[in-house]
Amino acid sequence: MTVRGWAKDLAMGVRFAFAGGREGWVRALLTAVGVGLGVALLLLTTAIPSALSARDRRGSDRDDFTYSGKVLSKADDTVIVAQTDTTFRSDDVRGRLLQPEGDKAPLPPGVGTFPAKGEMVVSPALKKLLESGSGKLLRERLPYRISGTIGHAGLIGPAELAYYAGATGLEHQLSSGYVERLDYFGPSPNHQQDGLDPVLILLIMIIFVVLLLPVGVFIAAAVRFGGERRDRRLAALRLVGADGRMARRIAGGEALAGALLGLVLGSVFFLIGRQSAGLLVVRDISVFPSDLNPSPALVALVAVAVPAAAVLVTLFALRGVVIEPLGVVRTAKPPRRRLWWRLLLPLGGLALLYPMVGKGNADGNFNEWMVISGTVLLLVGVTALLPWLVEAVVARLDPGAVSWQLAVRRLQLSSGSAARMVNGIAVAVAGAIALQMLFAGVEHDYVKSTRADLNRAQMEVSLRGDIPLSEAGRRLAGTEGVRHASALALGSAEDKPKNPDNSVEVAVGSCKELGQVARLSSCRDGDIFRIVGAHYDETSPKLLRAGRTLYFDRDYGASGSHPVPWKVPAAGLKTAGPRPDPTGYERGGLLVTPKALPAAATAGFTRKVYVSLDPSVSDAREYARNAAAAMDPLADVYALTSGKVNLQFRSIRTGLFVGATCVLVLIGASLLVSQLEQLRERKKLLSALVAFGTQRRTLSLSVLWQTAIPIALGLLLASAVGLTLGAVLLRMTGETVRVDWASVLSMTGIGAAVVLVVTVLSLPPLLRLMRPDGLRTE
Amino acid sequence: MSIGHTLLGLLESGPRHGYDLKRAFDEKFGHDRPLHYGQVYSTMSRLLKNGLVEVDGIEPGGGPERKRYAITDAGITDVERWLATPEAPEPYLQSTLYTKVVLALLTHRDAADILDTQRAEHLRLMRILTDRKRRGDLADQLICDHALFHLEADLRWLELTAARLDKLAEAVTK
Amino acid sequence: MTPDGSLLVADDLHKAYGPTVALDGAGFSIHPGEVVAVMGPSGSGKSTLLHCLAGIVTPDSGSILYNGREMATMNDAERSALRRSEFGFVFQFGQLVPELTCVENVALPLRLNGTSRKEAERAALTWMERLEVDDLGKKRPGEVSGGQGQRVAVARALVTDPRVLFADEPTGALDSLNGERVMELLTDAARTTNAAVVLVTHEARVAAYSDREIVVRDGKSRDMERVV
Repeated sequence: MTVRGWAKDLAMGVRFAFAGGREGWVRALLTAVGVGLGVALLLLTTAIPSALSARDRRGSDRDDFTYSGKVLSKADDTVIVAQTDTTFRSDDVRGRLLQPEGDKAPLPPGVGTFPAKGEMVVSPALKKLLESGSGKLLRERLPYRISGTIGHAGLIGPAELAYYAGATGLEHQLSSGYVERLDYFGPSPNHQQDGLDPVLILLIMIIFVVLLLPVGVFIAAAVRFGGERRDRRLAALRLVGADGRMARRIAGGEALAGALLGLVLGSVFFLIGRQSAGLLVVRDISVFPSDLNPSPALVALVAVAVPAAAVLVTLFALRGVVIEPLGVVRTAKPPRRRLWWRLLLPLGGLALLYPMVGKGNADGNFNEWMVISGTVLLLVGVTALLPWLVEAVVARLDPGAVSWQLAVRRLQLSSGSAARMVNGIAVAVAGAIALQMLFAGVEHDYVKSTRADLNRAQMEVSLRGDIPLSEAGRRLAGTEGVRHASALALGSAEDKPKNPDNSVEVAVGSCKELGQVARLSSCRDGDIFRIVGAHYDETSPKLLRAGRTLYFDRDYGASGSHPVPWKVPAAGLKTAGPRPDPTGYERGGLLVTPKALPAAATAGFTRKVYVSLDPSVSDAREYARNAAAAMDPLADVYALTSGKVNLQFRSIRTGLFVGATCVLVLIGASLLVSQLEQLRERKKLLSALVAFGTQRRTLSLSVLWQTAIPIALGLLLASAVGLTLGAVLLRMTGETVRVDWASVLSMTGIGAAVVLVVTVLSLPPLLRLMRPDGLRTE
Repeated sequence: MSIGHTLLGLLESGPRHGYDLKRAFDEKFGHDRPLHYGQVYSTMSRLLKNGLVEVDGIEPGGGPERKRYAITDAGITDVERWLATPEAPEPYLQSTLYTKVVLALLTHRDAADILDTQRAEHLRLMRILTDRKRRGDLADQLICDHALFHLEADLRWLELTAARLDKLAEAVTK
Repeated sequence: MTPDGSLLVADDLHKAYGPTVALDGAGFSIHPGEVVAVMGPSGSGKSTLLHCLAGIVTPDSGSILYNGREMATMNDAERSALRRSEFGFVFQFGQLVPELTCVENVALPLRLNGTSRKEAERAALTWMERLEVDDLGKKRPGEVSGGQGQRVAVARALVTDPRVLFADEPTGALDSLNGERVMELLTDAARTTNAAVVLVTHEARVAAYSDREIVVRDGKSRDMERVV
């Protein structure tokens, strides 16, 4: 067979795909929509790396932290930047105060001119929020006039909340750690980007496999839409003289037509999706449409691979079929599905993965290709095993009620196509279970559990500025939604006025408030305590000796500082026992009541207020943040939580959720399409069944069973394979194997929900088809 | 139908008496119209005269019905020739029904009515034949089917004509 | 029962599908044990008449009395129940569920009425025996010939002992020999159970199995018995 002959037959098939009148168009369109959805997802996936790197690049281009530990000297081209990040409800707001110190002061990316004091430039999303009713509380916290917006170059995503406000007097705060003098914005040479650790890379690889594999399975299923009608057409072709091979190639051509149209639709879907990506915020992450650019090589690969796969899948699907001039004959009894070669796939996958067991905690480089092919084989094993499983189980099912009987018998007759329908879901669920298990297993490495005691306080407010401690406590305590607030001034005392070797911690507060951080037996104003027995406190016993002189220095030894000396009293240092503060920190050193030290000594101390909130006031946190910001724009407000998630880890998990959702929606759509097609082909039969009195309920239930039985089996198999893969992956990362039943249940639950939704959505057309019009022959 | 050839054919299996011949004929072919004895004898005497049969024997007692006939070689040849000669298909060109329909149209009577009445009449006969067919043996069935198919052909013509009455009316009243 | 002893009476039925008028004042009546042929050219509305009589389609206007009850006042569930228990159906094709075996197909209407599977299949086999297809029990409709399939369909229509059997071109897809056999079995079975048969056909030889015929033309019906 020459290439030309092939091309001729394929082209004829392409023509047939569209020539079949309305019927033909509808079928070609269904296929195209199916393939198109898959292609769009593929393109989106290939665009994600570029989107993320564009995002990262803009993120680092506006870096304003030198990591040098030194303070630049003031010049014509310097600017002082203060971090004033805050959180509004569940959203993070990036905030910066800017104080240009000369004409050549660098502007942050995306900002045209420096905002004057009392003004700010904001991101479009923040502007919208501030102007909306729901942003009223945040408006109070940011009392600046909006003088402009931050451009695209200064934002990592369209939904990012960010502002730059003008300020003065920041030079006094340069030592606080939140304020820096800069001569440019951009990545610091002192800071090296952390490479992703191998376990995270493993996770990302698995996520891609798990998301893309079901898409492949889905495309394979989509090109087989409309199979029965196509069979009849092929038979007609044979009748007018096409030989068997030609007929096959023409069938391939029809699939090719659907796939090509699918490519076009996929590009359109992708462009639409890309445009609407700007409107979409998934778990804090939003992407600029212009960042979503698939790499040309990957696009070319998709454009070639999808149509080629469509033709190959069709030829493969027709292998058990003899196309005769008078009809299509499926080889009378399809050979019983054999188990052994189907088992080879997952076993092969395990064999590839097994050698890497335990590599994760050594120095951890996984062989990427072995990981990917092992995982792929294991998951593809699901698609190979499922038809066998469905056939084997369905053959043994006994018909019960009529609806059940109808469903079971139908499945017995065509278990293959039933299995094909759920293959995608099974693969997605198996992969997701494995991933979830891996996540749950490694989570404690990445989610640091804090020791915060949420019963005592839910927020920690750190104030710098000059506001007196007692007033800070009073004002926060008087804020709406705050139950009580305990204010402490925290700092340290050194052993030498210059270049100290040792220091002790010092906390200043009233007796009641000191009781939050240590166990006191008795206390009066004027008392000084020494904490005895705190962990990791080795300096206190050395320095807190009677008669020893210590130095309080508000500027930490910077030139021109004047440390305040203080002599440890000969007598009268009371002792106190250690007690963790509300954040879980157990301090040592000195506890001082306000009268016991000169005010000058503690002038440089950080004022910390532990705030306990009233859970019945929903915006209590926002009121407290507003109160803190009013006292000190640089106030650092930290909401205490029981766990803290590594950020990188969180974004990976986010990606998984986004992807899994898309995949399941896609597969749900394909299920629906094939379900509807099947129903349409049975229009006459359905009408006849209704004619002799079959209730709609019976038929609806049978449709449900027909989907639910293969899905149940698919989910069962998916759980088994997913748990196996998860266990192997956990062993690879060196974690102990724990089954995360919650995720198994939730993933299978989502799979089951997809079935339900599909059934519900196919009910209206089913009911319509059951109308007696189907009986009309005239 | 040629009674002479039929009787000759019946004699081929062996000599028979006249009354025997009539019974065999009635049984096999004479469902609607049994033969009269007179018909048998006049036919047989014609055949005898032409040398196609001969008298094989006479039973005591006399009378024409006592004669036993046997077929001659010439008779066998004659039957053979008759069977081999195709029947001329009946052209059915002189149809009373057609005449009635055209006349009804010409006189502006309801031709559809005539057709419906005729169909009902045809169906009535078809019902009788169908009923007989269901009760009868294979021979009955074949004979009734022959008639039924002819009647059905008539009916098909009726339906076709009914469907074309408008055109026909146009043609005949022009 | 209506006064004249009819089981099913329809009067002045009208039905249109969009702009297409299918029935335009058609009427009908049938007694128990009677076989009535509904004849007429294709497109004349005979199938629509059958669908209306069987409660599959509701006419736009007109009355249908079954056993003295007005069908127009019944809701869908009631009419479905009626079709399940009192009516039987034979269509030209597309009626056997391809994935069920023949005996399961025949048992289906009984099972829809709540009969247990065993019992329903036993009854089904009895009927299949009467229709001379009891040897096909385990086969699926795709594996039997057209005539056999139609007999299975007749068995299925009769398995509930219906009072009315609706047959829409029951022999349309069969050769004459098979068609006649199906008609014989169908009418015999209906007569023994005293069921009424509404037989839609355009074939005179099939109609000849009826007791009388009704001709439908342009949505109007004509009862030939009252004409002749």
